[in-house]
Amino acid sequence: MRRFFSRNLPGYMFLLPWLLGFFLLALGPILASLYLGFTRYDMVSAPRWVGLDNYQYMFERDRRFWKALEVTFTYVALAVPLRLAMALAVAMLLDKGLRSIGLYRAIFYLPSILGASIAIAILWRAMFGIDGVVNQALALFGIQGIGWITTPSTSIYTMVVLAMWQFGSPMLIFLAGLRSIPRDLYEASEIDGTSPVRQFFRITLPLLAPVVFFNLVLQMIEAFKTFSSAFIISNGTGAPADSLLFYTVYLFNEAFRFFRMGYASALAWVLLVIIAVITVIAFATSKYWVHYENERD
Amino acid sequence: MKARRKKRARNARLLKHVFLIALSFIMLYPLLWLFASSLKPESEIFASLALWPSDIQWSNYTEGWYGLPVSFTRFYWNSTIVTVLSVIGNLISCSFAAYAFARLQFNGKTLLFSLMMMTMMIPYHVVLIPQYVLFLNLGWVDTYLPLVVPRFLAADGFFIFLMMQFFRQIPRELDEAASIDGCSPFKIYWAVILPLSLPAMATAAIFSMIWVWEDFLAPLIYLNDIDSYTVPLALRLFLDQEGQSNYGQMFAMSVLSLVPVLIFFIAFQKLIIRGIATSGMK
Repeated sequence: MRRFFSRNLPGYMFLLPWLLGFFLLALGPILASLYLGFTRYDMVSAPRWVGLDNYQYMFERDRRFWKALEVTFTYVALAVPLRLAMALAVAMLLDKGLRSIGLYRAIFYLPSILGASIAIAILWRAMFGIDGVVNQALALFGIQGIGWITTPSTSIYTMVVLAMWQFGSPMLIFLAGLRSIPRDLYEASEIDGTSPVRQFFRITLPLLAPVVFFNLVLQMIEAFKTFSSAFIISNGTGAPADSLLFYTVYLFNEAFRFFRMGYASALAWVLLVIIAVITVIAFATSKYWVHYENERD
Repeated sequence: MKARRKKRARNARLLKHVFLIALSFIMLYPLLWLFASSLKPESEIFASLALWPSDIQWSNYTEGWYGLPVSFTRFYWNSTIVTVLSVIGNLISCSFAAYAFARLQFNGKTLLFSLMMMTMMIPYHVVLIPQYVLFLNLGWVDTYLPLVVPRFLAADGFFIFLMMQFFRQIPRELDEAASIDGCSPFKIYWAVILPLSLPAMATAAIFSMIWVWEDFLAPLIYLNDIDSYTVPLALRLFLDQEGQSNYGQMFAMSVLSLVPVLIFFIAFQKLIIRGIATSGMK
């Protein structure tokens, strides 16, 4: 017993803050929200057990839940591939044959580091407004613009453009990945007269697959959690006509505007399950398209 | 033949630079527009694409600063307190955990480590409501405790991960030698690992500073009293109250809210960029 302590004590002492945090701020709350998901709870009276009512209501009758899913999935399906494509394209441009990439790299990364701030969301609202700069630019080509954010059918695309503008962090990860591809592979294929397009599909993409996979999973999780910008751009409500009702915005409103804490907990668990399922699918399918260097032969 | 190939290569490079410069301009234009608009007279902001104001209105900054019932001096002070305390908390608690995971042996380490990696994947929204109920019952709502205390409990697993990656590269012989000399694990952490890990600590501090400064959701939930607002909450209030009439002032305050992040970015962009490339997050 004493040996057990003397062997383990230093480790647990250093881990103490994290252990406290894990039980009080992670594990405890996760279990509590699982429980609250089966209750009706308005923060005034004690939680009342309602069984599966929340989930039944969510799936069978709550139109806004389905709308929130639609908005969020549309966003993820558009923003993630576009952002990654942009990130990869620019990373490849920066990677080959340029010595002075430092400044470009910093400029392209800058929007990502500012991206989460409310100032940028406010800026986006103004830029895509009826008399914003986007419409002024379109007017140069004689195109009559619309209020991109106030029109339900276009508002989501302003969010997608915002996501594309912030391609900096996957770009940096792609750059690091591109650096690790041996140059002589390209040189050899150039001597064989391989076209750049073929080079991309035969050398770059296969060798970069683990990095693409990593970026894809990370960016998907991030995209599902989008909150601040959607909240500000949609006036906190998901307006216009719920076209910006991101899942997290809906959850926030259910919890902190209408104090339906039980229902919001159920919503949170569905989000958790969605993210978990997508991550598992990504990992399960990855063996068909991601090959790691040291596993080949 | 060789000369022609050289010329072609030079042309290609030139073309690439032209493209990259154009793209840089597109990337920077929204920020330049924000800054330019913050100096323009109200009537000019939505009048043209041109960036240069006909008449520079510094008053947007001075009037915006006092445009809410509480001045921005207060909001900046509030944000500074929250940010400084959070950064300190993250550095202490995350480096502790990272040291334990990277260097110490104890029962259950593998299990705890995988639990940590799993909690990193879990969306904040799942723990949000129970945490709110917990902090409400502790009487912490409308104080900075819910924003700061979790950082002292290593709630940001990302930083643990980042520091671990770095600690692992430090040769083990160093701690072994120190341990033979009779150093306690804490002494090794303090005198061997930390001094060698300054770049990792700096990277974590910078990211932590930027993210806490920009954080919106947690202050939105926990702070109700305008006197306690952080800068992002104040901006949102500005948008609600003045946003339709005082664009110049709102943009001026938006620009100012970005200034601390910009300063850190310009000063430390090498560290930031390396931090992203090695840890692969955000």
